[in-house]
Amino acid sequence: MPTVRIPPVLRTQAGGQKQLQILGTTVGEVIQALTSAHPALRDQLLTTDGTLNRFVNVFVNGSDVRYLQELETPVGDSDTLILLPAMAGGG
Amino acid sequence: MTKTYSDLMREVRASVREVSPTEAELLGGTGVTLVDVRESTEWDEGHVPDAIHVPRGFLESRIEAAVPDRDAPVILYCAGGVRSALAARQLAELGYTDVVSMAGGFQQWKSEGRSWQRPFTLTPEQKQRYSRHLLIPEVGIEGQAKLLGSKVLLIGAGGLGSPAMLYLAAAGVGTIGVVDFDTVDLSNLQRQIVHSTERIGHKKTDSAAEAIRALNPDVRFVAHEEMLTDDNVERLITGYDVILDGTDTFETRYTLNDAAVRARIPVVHASVFRFEGQLTVFQPFEGPCYRCLYPTAPPPELAPGCSVAGVLGVVPGTMGLLQATEALKVLLGLGEPLIGRLLIYDALDSSFTELTLRRDPACPACGSGAAMGADAPARPLARPSVASGQTAGVS
Repeated sequence: MPTVRIPPVLRTQAGGQKQLQILGTTVGEVIQALTSAHPALRDQLLTTDGTLNRFVNVFVNGSDVRYLQELETPVGDSDTLILLPAMAGGG
Repeated sequence: MTKTYSDLMREVRASVREVSPTEAELLGGTGVTLVDVRESTEWDEGHVPDAIHVPRGFLESRIEAAVPDRDAPVILYCAGGVRSALAARQLAELGYTDVVSMAGGFQQWKSEGRSWQRPFTLTPEQKQRYSRHLLIPEVGIEGQAKLLGSKVLLIGAGGLGSPAMLYLAAAGVGTIGVVDFDTVDLSNLQRQIVHSTERIGHKKTDSAAEAIRALNPDVRFVAHEEMLTDDNVERLITGYDVILDGTDTFETRYTLNDAAVRARIPVVHASVFRFEGQLTVFQPFEGPCYRCLYPTAPPPELAPGCSVAGVLGVVPGTMGLLQATEALKVLLGLGEPLIGRLLIYDALDSSFTELTLRRDPACPACGSGAAMGADAPARPLARPSVASGQTAGVS
């Protein structure tokens, strides 16, 4: 199963988990399964149309899916998805 | 029979090829390395332009770093041509195959009216202060001269800006500007190490100026005690070589991004949240900008600042130092700055994760159809909605 890294700012909505194994063969399927398991994440990751919010970037093995096939980007069992939301904190 | 100095020089001259200053000048633009083997005091009084300095006393130990290829053409010179001839023989012994000595040396070069230059010199105090930089071949006196002539602007004298400005000042960055309108609060001191308990209530710019002055009197500290806005951003950033973004709000980050893209000034960006930090370098038109990465700002509830979410004090320390490191690399032209790459630091895992970023061709700030090339008027772009009432304070 692909691994999804949950950023600190979204961990509360993901049951405090830092990393989750989520079933899916595309980024879209993984995000769908992730938001089904943790519905509080849905509004933060997806727009009402079901596309990715522009303030969250999704990387598969270090590459931005916006420059791959967006939600259609295929993912394999050994792949890691990183959710990267904007953070403004200046310390 | 005892060998005299004259005997030795006869031998040396017979084995070493010499060129005249005229020939040396002609060879100058052809990939040949010109090495000045005189003492530092002589070098400081003037040298051939583009020459490198390897004093004869350090010839054997330093030449490999200066000229790694033993078959590369090298011209050595000294004041009159004797020491360079001796040095040429020494390099031949080390296996250098294409070394010549410039007959007549720098004296003849200069007396025949050729161009020469006086190197940047440091005071004895500066030589001692920056001695660990001077020892690094990649920095050296030229690099230190660059730093002393550089101007870095920090947006925010907070958790990120504090360690960054201290190290940039220690490194001898000649001008450090700081934009902050806030005052020092007790709750800042868990991480904002440029300030101090006795300066609680003081303006952050005053407090920072005091710390920087105490650390390095070479630094000119420029206090910009105001909030960065669309109206003043262009004035504030003009003339700076690199900007460190350590603000606490999206609004300020977008304002800064757009103006820096227009002014083509690189921004070293960092942000922190609890145990984690993000770092990247936005080099306008070379790599992505902040809008390429985050076209829109998240709703405020999704992106609380440190004053709401908290932060482990050392995390902005780590990230601020990485910002300072990237700034020094950009200023010195060293290594591979984090352009088009984003580093996530996870303090709990002790891990760094690198992500590849791309320029967005449709980016309103720096994309191909961008309304604001370098020549475009300084007009603020429509900004993604952010919560009203946010300020550019760095908590």
